[in-house]
Amino acid sequence: MSFCSIRNATIVLALCILLFACVDGEEALTIKGSDTVLPLAQKLAEVYMKKHPERIVVVTGGGSGVGVAALIERNTKVANTSRLIKKTESALAQRRGIQPVRHVIARDGITVVVHPENPIDGLTLDELKALFSGRIRNWKELGGEDENVVLYSREVSSGTYAFFKDAVLGKTNFAQAANLMPGTGSVVQSVSQTRGGIGYIGVAYLNDKVKGLNVAKQAGSEYIEPRSEHIESGIYPLGRELFQYSGGIERDSLVRDWFEFVYSDEGQRIVRQIGYIPVR
Amino acid sequence: MITKAKPMQHSRDNESKPFQKVGGLTRIRERIIEAVLFLSASTAVFVIFAMAFYLFSEGGKLFTHSPVDEYIEIIANKSNPVEVLTPLEIGDLQSGKIRNWNTLSDFDAPVHFVNTRDFMEGTSPDNEEVHSRRLLDFVKATPGAIGYVFKDFLERPEDFRIIKVPTTDPGTFLLGSQWYPTVEPAQILGILSMILGTLYVTIGAIVLAVPISLGSAIYLSEFAGSRMRSIIKPVIEILAGIPSVVYGFFGLVVIVPFLQDLFNLDSGQSGLAGSIILALMIVPTIVSISEDALKAVPKTLREASLALGATKWQTSYKVVVPAAISGISTGVLLGVGRAIGETMAVLMVTGNAAVIPEGILSSLRTLTATIAAELGEAPQGGIHFEALFAIGAVLFLFTLSINIIADLISKKYEVKL
Repeated sequence: MSFCSIRNATIVLALCILLFACVDGEEALTIKGSDTVLPLAQKLAEVYMKKHPERIVVVTGGGSGVGVAALIERNTKVANTSRLIKKTESALAQRRGIQPVRHVIARDGITVVVHPENPIDGLTLDELKALFSGRIRNWKELGGEDENVVLYSREVSSGTYAFFKDAVLGKTNFAQAANLMPGTGSVVQSVSQTRGGIGYIGVAYLNDKVKGLNVAKQAGSEYIEPRSEHIESGIYPLGRELFQYSGGIERDSLVRDWFEFVYSDEGQRIVRQIGYIPVR
Repeated sequence: MITKAKPMQHSRDNESKPFQKVGGLTRIRERIIEAVLFLSASTAVFVIFAMAFYLFSEGGKLFTHSPVDEYIEIIANKSNPVEVLTPLEIGDLQSGKIRNWNTLSDFDAPVHFVNTRDFMEGTSPDNEEVHSRRLLDFVKATPGAIGYVFKDFLERPEDFRIIKVPTTDPGTFLLGSQWYPTVEPAQILGILSMILGTLYVTIGAIVLAVPISLGSAIYLSEFAGSRMRSIIKPVIEILAGIPSVVYGFFGLVVIVPFLQDLFNLDSGQSGLAGSIILALMIVPTIVSISEDALKAVPKTLREASLALGATKWQTSYKVVVPAAISGISTGVLLGVGRAIGETMAVLMVTGNAAVIPEGILSSLRTLTATIAAELGEAPQGGIHFEALFAIGAVLFLFTLSINIIADLISKKYEVKL
């Protein structure tokens, strides 16, 4: 008897899987990649599917690298990234006959955060470089309290890590002593409970538990607050672009239609709603 | 049961024909069942072999090629006599730690390390070909210049000094102290800091867990009344059932700030926080195995000891524990194995700085945490990916040797008893 019911359950399960597989097969637009872009892409897909009920958009995360890898393997039609495609990736894509096309869908900024009781309000890019490469080890060297600097970085696979390294450290490496946190949440948590802590997060994640710093391009220039209007106008030094790469849109009407929606007034309104900055 | 067993016995005992006919079907069924049971039992063996094979073949690839991506060529000015550079030297040239080539050879020229990002001005960031051409022109014209480009864009390699990077060898991999798996052009892959991190955290966990576990096991087996037992035993077992992510979260918000205040640390994210969490997680393993071992000690030994006038504690300490030592050490070593393999909770509380730890109170990174944090985005088949598999192989060898030691110990003492 129980054997029978197990068999029935198995059959039902198999049918369900088959059904999903069929639905997935035809009109689905697959989007994959960066966890930073994920909430935006999900919201866009939600609204897009309401407008076109016959179409299915499947959005998944995994990280910028995962998205680009899937694009190269033709496992996804669109890749979300929070960084430019790497040289090795574009070489690989060209060898597989794919010409990745870059679409800037939104702007975002990185905020440097410190403990709320840290008296420092702003730093220059050079000072940030000296801090994160391990050259400055105590806050009093920057006019702060006598407190050791504790660095909170992200894991090496994060797009935010890659952006911060390019924008702030350039060819220098992060200090070996930098703590690597598995997510934005743990960076905020750690900085909030460490008096000498400093970390970097996406602007949208800033909250009261930590203090966001103003950043100046060089000594003597103005310290800019990480606010949307400053990122939009491009004067905030740690602004970055968020991308979607397609593998050559002209052939696929579904992909073309998707980008028309992303760049429409409605699409760009969603960008603002999620906490990023529209590109048009 | 009886009908099943009977023909079996007959067919085994004598091979005469009438019985064979009766037992034929049953015997086939028995054979099939035995085969199925054998298959289930051998799944574990198969899985271990498949896993070891995969780990070692993927990880081994790391040592067969240079740590520079196959699409990239590192080039220097033709006048530069240097031909071979290690990833560490390339890193130092790039970060400005080596400022003049005369540190490496008798060639006297300031180092100019360039990449295509330096030549992006006025073009689209995607126009790699233009950037590469500008870079090549720069390297050709500047004596101290070094840079890297796509092989496809290097049309006249004879105009440049092509820099070779030696293959990663197991020695530098195991004993290298720097871990920068995503730097371009040559990845710096040394895991010594993580091996030490794993050892520190594991040893700390064992030091904390063994006394507690042994105490609980002795209490449960020798002292506790049945009422006390029925309360304490299930509670200890619940510890084993809590997901490790919950331990990690608890550690991050409770233990980390506590240690920070207690030792007046810059940050409480430290090896000790990892050890405490791990100790909590391995206590149930050690307790249950040790308690079984203590219980298995024959009652006559205890009675003899008590009859000689020894107290309960003296009996436990001098007679029961020594008699059960093989089981207890197995339990401890299995705890060690679990501690080495635990990932998530440790990842959340140790801070994960890939630096050789100064002590148990500094931030450190374990082997498992590295795999967990980085595997997600390491491109499959790349050097980083292979390096993570090689770490997996190192972990596999760690656990394997611990299991072998556990086996040897339990055998050695079993004979004595």
